[in-house]
Amino acid sequence: MAQKNYSLWSLIQQGFKRQEGWDQAWRSPEPKAAYDVIIIGAGGHGLATAYYLAKEHGVRNIAVLEKGYLGGGNTARNTTIVRSNYLWDEAALLYEHSLKLWEGLSQEINFNVMFSQRGVFNLGHTLQDMRDIERRVNANLINEIDAQVLTAAEVKERIPLINASSSARYPIMGASFQPRGGVARHDAVAWGFARAASSLGVDIIEQCEVTGLNVEGGHIKSVETSRGTIRADRVGCVAAGHSTTLGKMVGLRMPLESHPLQAFVSESLKPVLDTVVMSNAVHGYLSQSDKGELVIGAGIDSYLSYAQRGSPHVIEHTAAAIIELFPMFSRVRMNRQWGGIVDVSPDACPIIGKTPIKGLYFNCGWGTGGFKATPGSGNVFAHTIAHDEPHPLNAAFALERFHSGHLIDEHGAAGVAH
Amino acid sequence: MFMFHCPHCKEVREEEEFSYAGEAYIPRPVAPDASSDAEWGDYVFMRKNPKGWHWEQWLHSAGCRKVMAVKRHTLTHGIAGSWTLAEGKRIYLEEQA
Repeated sequence: MAQKNYSLWSLIQQGFKRQEGWDQAWRSPEPKAAYDVIIIGAGGHGLATAYYLAKEHGVRNIAVLEKGYLGGGNTARNTTIVRSNYLWDEAALLYEHSLKLWEGLSQEINFNVMFSQRGVFNLGHTLQDMRDIERRVNANLINEIDAQVLTAAEVKERIPLINASSSARYPIMGASFQPRGGVARHDAVAWGFARAASSLGVDIIEQCEVTGLNVEGGHIKSVETSRGTIRADRVGCVAAGHSTTLGKMVGLRMPLESHPLQAFVSESLKPVLDTVVMSNAVHGYLSQSDKGELVIGAGIDSYLSYAQRGSPHVIEHTAAAIIELFPMFSRVRMNRQWGGIVDVSPDACPIIGKTPIKGLYFNCGWGTGGFKATPGSGNVFAHTIAHDEPHPLNAAFALERFHSGHLIDEHGAAGVAH
Repeated sequence: MFMFHCPHCKEVREEEEFSYAGEAYIPRPVAPDASSDAEWGDYVFMRKNPKGWHWEQWLHSAGCRKVMAVKRHTLTHGIAGSWTLAEGKRIYLEEQA
């Protein structure tokens, strides 16, 4: 079913019809008995995978199964930051691939994802922070990723509200700056990919929980769901925090731990912050949404949890970090607080690739940094499923690296604020 | 915020006094020299990560600095109990049997 294009003209037309003539953005079909490919999980990554499979690899008979509602997991529970200034080549190239896709995404899927390249600052507060920042910026430049080292005075000039005083507890000594980084509208990404995939014939089936994976002779055959058995030769699991549960169904152990990651948004303020600020040392990050809310996040709770909530002392720690950087926000009231469940791998890098079971693929372990990778992750995972071979950009992210020892040591090395 | 009973201090204390120290009772390969890369990888990196009851270690870092075993539910956040590592292991093995 082809969708009518969204455009200025269609907006004007609908304006004369009381906005009542819009089509449903995506179909809600009954599941068929069999598909060529099943994607488990209709978050941003799963929907992007289905979209690119249909668009670039000509696979049209695809189902995306979702146990809750579309985009209701971590896609709706992040702080929407997009950047690609990672240290190691493997990670930097993967995230840069994604950033390039972000840059054309609204046009490509005909849905305004409100991608705003307002720049991302990673602050340095110690001499060692600054050495790491210089090293990372140099590594980025070699990988043709835009990056700059800024002095404290330059940071203060670009972010007038920031506390750049040398009497701060952790004075700001400088920052790395990625001008092409920014934020995007998280729900729009899921909705946009869903609409684009649906119009290419992908069936998106919500309220359909996967309860079992059937393997015969080392090959995936079908998926047991709350809405019956569905056959497919190829199954891609994109279930974030629940990847371990899916792995367990076929006896596959995963190197993942599911942790709560809390974030919160404030009441709406007039525009005060036109960029994204992150700090590892005081451990917090924030930006201001187009609605005027401050969007604030920090680190994970240390323990395992599937409860989508964390401990209050982590919130206190986050608030303390933000007030350290922006003392004037101390009287801002918070509107909402939430916890997402992030699947953290030992090297804080994703696992994208094949498994010992033929036709079964996993894309998981994105930890705290998955949102920025949404289009790139879907793009390379679609390639992996279509060709039964990893894309060159995700070859290094195979599950086998935890046996061979070829970890991608991004944890704490890339200005990653978690 | 969890409240844990420390089996060493014999007192109930707040979560902030403790540090999470990972899954408990992961068996080390019995023959280290004969173990394959896959077995070592499994021991070092693979985790149960259950949605349900989980046996885990917590270090009483701002207290007695000893490690204890806690059985905690990862969805309801209920705590079944906390024990010394040795006591906990006995109960854990009985459960597994």
